[in-house]
Amino acid sequence: MTRRTILNASIYIILIFFALIFLLPVYLMVVTGFKPFNEIDLATMWYLPTSGLHIQNFIAAYNQLAPNLNNSLEMVIPEAILSALLGSLNGYLLAKWKFRGSNLIFSLILFGMFIPYQSILIPLVKFMFAIKLYGDIPGLVLVHIIYGIPITTLIFRNYYAGIGTEILEAGRMDGASLMGLYRHIMFPLSGPSFAVVIIWQFTQAWNEFLFAVVLTNQSHWPVTVALNNLAGSQLVQWNVLMAATLLAALPTLLVYIFLGRYFLRGLMAGALKG
Amino acid sequence: MLRKFTLHIPHMIMAIALMFLGMVALFILNTARLVIAGKDFTSLALILSGLITYCGVLIVVIMFHNEKVLSVGLLLPSIAAVAVFVYGFIGWSIRISLSRWQGLQPDYTWVGLKQYVLLFTDNPRFIIDIRNTGMFTVLFILGCLALGLGFAILLDQRLKGEAIFRSIFLFPMSISFIASGVVWAWLMNPSTGDHLAGINLMFHLLHLDFLISNWFTSPQPWGMAYTVIPAIWQLSGFTMALYLGGIRSISEDMREAARVDGASEFQIYRYIILPLLQPITLSAVIILAHMSLKIFDLIVALGNQDIRLDVPGIYMWTTTFAAGNYAQGAAIGVLMLISVAVLVVPYVVSTIRSETEL
Repeated sequence: MTRRTILNASIYIILIFFALIFLLPVYLMVVTGFKPFNEIDLATMWYLPTSGLHIQNFIAAYNQLAPNLNNSLEMVIPEAILSALLGSLNGYLLAKWKFRGSNLIFSLILFGMFIPYQSILIPLVKFMFAIKLYGDIPGLVLVHIIYGIPITTLIFRNYYAGIGTEILEAGRMDGASLMGLYRHIMFPLSGPSFAVVIIWQFTQAWNEFLFAVVLTNQSHWPVTVALNNLAGSQLVQWNVLMAATLLAALPTLLVYIFLGRYFLRGLMAGALKG
Repeated sequence: MLRKFTLHIPHMIMAIALMFLGMVALFILNTARLVIAGKDFTSLALILSGLITYCGVLIVVIMFHNEKVLSVGLLLPSIAAVAVFVYGFIGWSIRISLSRWQGLQPDYTWVGLKQYVLLFTDNPRFIIDIRNTGMFTVLFILGCLALGLGFAILLDQRLKGEAIFRSIFLFPMSISFIASGVVWAWLMNPSTGDHLAGINLMFHLLHLDFLISNWFTSPQPWGMAYTVIPAIWQLSGFTMALYLGGIRSISEDMREAARVDGASEFQIYRYIILPLLQPITLSAVIILAHMSLKIFDLIVALGNQDIRLDVPGIYMWTTTFAAGNYAQGAAIGVLMLISVAVLVVPYVVSTIRSETEL
């Protein structure tokens, strides 16, 4: 064996060791989820199911979480689409129609991405209460869209900044106006960044907890709040809880598995210079 | 601006129609309520009517052929939303933090910096919070940087299966802090004897009993240290992706030149690649630090509001919405904002500045 082979083998050993650790939580959720109730036992929690695959745990978990999964879906779909449309318009204007102070405005908008939401929480709750959008899903959608403006604007602005101005100038020669250029040139080119932003906003809103817990009442809880509540109650067995966690995490996991490329791009946009 | 006005009849009709429609809707919604399928959509309809009216105004602007004004006009709703929901609300929070508001009735009586002074001088819980956040931030950043850089260097060797390992290290990022916290709280179960469970049970089965840990229930203040394990699980992959992007952007020529000069692979990393990765480390530290200063949902799910694992984000939440101490909650929120701003503002400013210089 050459030195290189030994080196490669040890790299593989290290990588596989860490990969196993990283997969441990998922292994536990999957294995527990597929065991029948009578195989659930602390002593054998790490073992594979011995009598075939059962979905009793998932059914029990679904019975607990169904309304909340529904609430989350109802919130996330309009939120992701409207956020993307708004972000696209903002990004286009800030990338291609710079005016005096537009960089300052962009920086001020961007800062909204980093603030701890605890610092605006009391006014937000009072405000949503005053405009009667407290407690239900539409209010939560509005809040997610507004606090999503910084990141969606950033992603679209960076994307549009990379599109050469020649194509816009050609469009202007043909007499296209500001909105005409957007509709006929920029919008048709924005497919990839729409994918990035929709996936990003979907994941963010699905996973979000603070706004959800302070702005909705129990019958409109999204799945994160319901899952946390389930975990805190003594009434639910750990096996059902593991299945419930997998159910709650599944939508964003599937997005990552099938659309990971776009997910990663959204992630990197948050790193600015990245 | 008036010099280039052209009256375009269809546009004008559309503008007047939109403004009229929007105004009428605003007027009606002012007194009536819009309920669809048992849900009250009045406020959303009001917002929509306002936007429709605004569209009418923008169409009038279009007829002035001043595209600078039009672009600002189109941005205005977003700017206004951020101005109110970010800056206006921050200002409002600051005002609340300078009051003595306690209980459901707002009380804006001015008490100056009293809430802040009380937090720092007469509040053991807040001192624990600061210690916990400090410990969490340091361990979390060190863990993510070490694992992230390690993974990036190992994956840079262009071995088979690189993509699979990359995906495995990154997938936890897509899971919510709540879901992650619920699973890890169970994995780090501190029960003993017959109730041995989770990772402790695995250690026992692998005959590694000496590794069995008390996890969060370790003597103060070390319980908090274990909360970074799920956080590192979720974000070291992100750090790896940042570093890997950085390493891959270093040209192969440079490495080749070093090899020709007789440098070993180790020396190439030590003297060429690592120094070039410094800006990435800075980005990563700022992003990770601002996340850890805000850390909230992960600890809620892990600690189930165990006071030993308390952080400012949780304290703000409970003191405000459970205890009704609005003034104190606002003060904690403002302090969190200051800690994040000190970190992030210089970074955002320098990023935007270097971008415009290009």
